Amino acid sequence: MSELLTDIDAIRAQFPILKREINGKPLVYFDNGATSQKPQSVIDTISRYYEFENSNIHRGVHTLSQEATSAYEDVRKKVQKFINAEHSHEIIFTSGTTGGINLVASSFGEKLVRKGDEILITAMEHHSNIVPWQMLCERNGAHLKVLPISKEGEIDIEEFKNLIGPKTELISLVHVSNSLGTINPIKEMIEIAHKQSIPVLIDGAQATHHMPVDVQDLDADFYVFSAHKMYGPTGVGVLYGKEELLNDMTPYQGGGDMIKSVTFEKTTYNELPYKFEAGTPNISGGIALGAAIDFINSIGFDFIEKHEAELCRFATSQLRDIKGLRFIGTAKERAGSVSFLLDGIHPYDTGVILDKLGIAVRTGHHCTQPVMNFFEIPGTVRASFAVYNTKQEVVKLVEGIDRVKRMF
Amino acid sequence: MESVLEKIAEKEEAIIEEFALFDDWMDKYEHIIGLGKELPLIEDGLKTDDLLIRGCQSRVWLHAKMENGIVTFTADSDAIITKGIISLLVRVLSGQTPAEIIETDLNFIQHIGLKEHLSPTRSNGLVSMVKQMKLYALAFRTQQNG
Repeated sequence: MSELLTDIDAIRAQFPILKREINGKPLVYFDNGATSQKPQSVIDTISRYYEFENSNIHRGVHTLSQEATSAYEDVRKKVQKFINAEHSHEIIFTSGTTGGINLVASSFGEKLVRKGDEILITAMEHHSNIVPWQMLCERNGAHLKVLPISKEGEIDIEEFKNLIGPKTELISLVHVSNSLGTINPIKEMIEIAHKQSIPVLIDGAQATHHMPVDVQDLDADFYVFSAHKMYGPTGVGVLYGKEELLNDMTPYQGGGDMIKSVTFEKTTYNELPYKFEAGTPNISGGIALGAAIDFINSIGFDFIEKHEAELCRFATSQLRDIKGLRFIGTAKERAGSVSFLLDGIHPYDTGVILDKLGIAVRTGHHCTQPVMNFFEIPGTVRASFAVYNTKQEVVKLVEGIDRVKRMF
Repeated sequence: MESVLEKIAEKEEAIIEEFALFDDWMDKYEHIIGLGKELPLIEDGLKTDDLLIRGCQSRVWLHAKMENGIVTFTADSDAIITKGIISLLVRVLSGQTPAEIIETDLNFIQHIGLKEHLSPTRSNGLVSMVKQMKLYALAFRTQQNG
């Protein structure tokens, strides 16, 4: 293996957008939880695909189609290795985390969730891990049960055990909370669920760029994530599912690529993974996800975790000193972001002024309205980090907040 | 018609002149924040869900009444910058007839460099608020004609 890249300036140099100025100030990009920026290698992979390889995959006998197919399928193997799945056909390409959850809610849910059954989620889920289950419950007459969180933004394992019952059919949990930063003890939770043979889906949208994920070690039944939060393009995601479960599920959408044979009387479905991949996929995006994984591997999670933990620690210690600043989400195990509120200043106002200073943060409810309702707040200001962020940028954020405070 | 519309145009002109004094964004925003703080609050009794315009980011309450053919708006928001911009919209549109309110296109917002706040992606409730002000005016005009 070539030497790992651990020089922040060299890492930053790979991201052309980081050279931009916003409102006359150098961009400080702290909205990585929404989407990360893309390195040159990912951008180049997309243009190279359209310049040299573009063609439809899986069916063509001509050279371009063969090349595009093997580039796309190589990424499936790369993803398999990235999350340590047992088989590459357990990797289903989707449009993103939301697409993956909807696929499972539809294909697993329709077949295996019946009237009176229960689906268990936590109170810190993103809307994407609430609404598909609500819709399923409405269709099937099942119930959605919600595991509460503490004021620190943590779940209680004992409470979790109590909420699992004979009617629980599926548990769907966020790995790392997008609005609170909490890392949930998913390995322990999966083990508890499996004692009662309940499958568990993990929403890993905020995890796969911050820490190594090993689906076999976790023993996750489903694990979903998005390429665009891990330095890859938008519109591509991954659903990992255990072979046995995926084989049991009915196809999600019908169309090309997912069939073995079609007559007007009967269609037989293709094998995994194609059974769940109807229609022409986002080929360039899929191939570019491979480049994003290469980028992450070129740095390595040892450095990524250490660097981001340091940034989080530094940000927390700097922000803690600001009078009137209150953290939302103070779990012991956290990753990737700090969420806070300034006393008497609306998050929208904070976000507008920070933007004028070139600092991009996210404000609002972060698609977790139930979390905001729980804390009785209109929203938070969230600074979320990526490997290219620096302590100097955190200092700029702190200075920006000082400015905001003086203005209101 | 032309003479009444001028009233809105005059108010808009005055605001544009007022904002021409600021050469940097900070002064401008400090002024908006000041306006937001001054805006007479909507009576608490009126801050009901009926009058709430839900933005994704900030919330806006809007109330309208018509007396002697003249519309009066009162409004509020939980975010100060939103409230400051609301105060400008209220200043321009309050005290006008329904017909005037329906006709105007509120160009001054662009002139004073605040158009970004009226972009749907800002999700601050302002776009819906302007739409709601016009809807009130339409309803009042229907009342007048009826």
